[in-house]
Amino acid sequence: MGKGMTSVTRKVLMALSGFFLLVFLLQHSTINFLSVISPDLFDSVSHFMGTNPVVQFVLQPVLAFGVVFHIGMGISLEIQNNKARPVKYAVNKPGENASWMSRNMIITGVMVLLFFLLHFIDFWFPELNTKFIKGDMTGLNEAGHFRYYEELHHQFQNGLRVGVYVLSFIFLSLHLMHGFQSAFQSVGFRHNKYTPIVKKLGNIYAVVIPAAFIFIALYHFLNA
Amino acid sequence: MNLTLKIWRQNGASDKGKLVSYKVADISEHMSFLEMLDVLNEQLVNSGEEPVAFDHDCREGICGMCSLHINGEAHGPDRGVTTCQLHMRMFKDGDTITIEPFRAKAFPVVKDLVVDRSALDRIQQAGGYISVNTSGNTQDANAIPIPKADADEAMDAATCIGCGACVASCKNASAMLFVSAKVSQYALLPQGRVEAKDRVLNMVSQMDKEGFGNCTNTGACEVECPKGISITNIARMNREYLSASIKND
Repeated sequence: MGKGMTSVTRKVLMALSGFFLLVFLLQHSTINFLSVISPDLFDSVSHFMGTNPVVQFVLQPVLAFGVVFHIGMGISLEIQNNKARPVKYAVNKPGENASWMSRNMIITGVMVLLFFLLHFIDFWFPELNTKFIKGDMTGLNEAGHFRYYEELHHQFQNGLRVGVYVLSFIFLSLHLMHGFQSAFQSVGFRHNKYTPIVKKLGNIYAVVIPAAFIFIALYHFLNA
Repeated sequence: MNLTLKIWRQNGASDKGKLVSYKVADISEHMSFLEMLDVLNEQLVNSGEEPVAFDHDCREGICGMCSLHINGEAHGPDRGVTTCQLHMRMFKDGDTITIEPFRAKAFPVVKDLVVDRSALDRIQQAGGYISVNTSGNTQDANAIPIPKADADEAMDAATCIGCGACVASCKNASAMLFVSAKVSQYALLPQGRVEAKDRVLNMVSQMDKEGFGNCTNTGACEVECPKGISITNIARMNREYLSASIKND
């Protein structure tokens, strides 16, 4: 992916798609958190997101493109970077000069990708099946109530699934620890006064968002 | 001190190469690392063996010729110094020291620890210069007012000696710290603005042609840089590149 683009262009596009995904994560975690505060509000917002044509046919394809682009470009860059050093060092101390998170974005990224696949099987594919294959856009279950909260709550009754989700969110956190501030650097934003603030914000974001997702999963698991 | 050296020996670019162990004795802690290698080479020559080839020139930390990946770090365990300024006091008696060449596809091994870093020269040739009228009417550079902060930052960037430690340290073998320093030292000064657009586009293009990897902002380069070049320069180069791409026809 990105053949014909220069290294700087690829880096900037990687950052821009990263920014887009940061906004998406914030939105996703906020809506999910409503399930803890008010099941009815969660149902209403979920129904809006699941049936609004702008969200479904404009934002969702853009999101899908953003996700695929970020993953594809990340893997493509990793392959190219590996080729740039065909003979590896016999002795190397990368930990002396760079954080584990910054050096292993491909590992944390692939773990998040694997999580996506599980997450799609759990939620997205059944949702697409209900809405676009069965043609049921009502968002209602057999009892005539909104089904969204019920489905979410049901999925998190499985301890193994909750464990995998929690582990995946830890990988997401590690990915964000570097990714957030790195995206600013890639687009050329670096300032003696503001960059330390960006780094702090990035660390807060990287802890709070995954922690919120973990909390939601555990909340539903523990409130069976 | 007595040391065991594991040194990369490779007889030319097509040779596979391997680490070979040597013992050196009575090394003074006041010696530089290269002087220690001189002792080893004397020992090898006296015993009829091929001396270890390694790059060096000024031995004052300003020419950028010496390299070496020592115990897993470019220019060794000390900070802000080149290999020629690395002293044996950084090591302990009985240590085993592994010495490898800077490794990157764009830095092919010439022999043993000597690598060809002319890729950096070609990047410099692609735009690391300003065009000046030398007909005798050259304007005195000091006649152009330059903010002190800009002059300082340009000078900081210009202290890059092009040793390639940034490439050697980067997990992706990226040369962006070097290129960004060369872009910055001109971008910050009025004399450099005239060719700023072409400079950054051409230098980045040449960098990619040479087969260096992509920068992923790990920051390893600035930690290992003997001249303390900051990755602030990489952010500036990214801005310069974006601006030049938009203005480019």
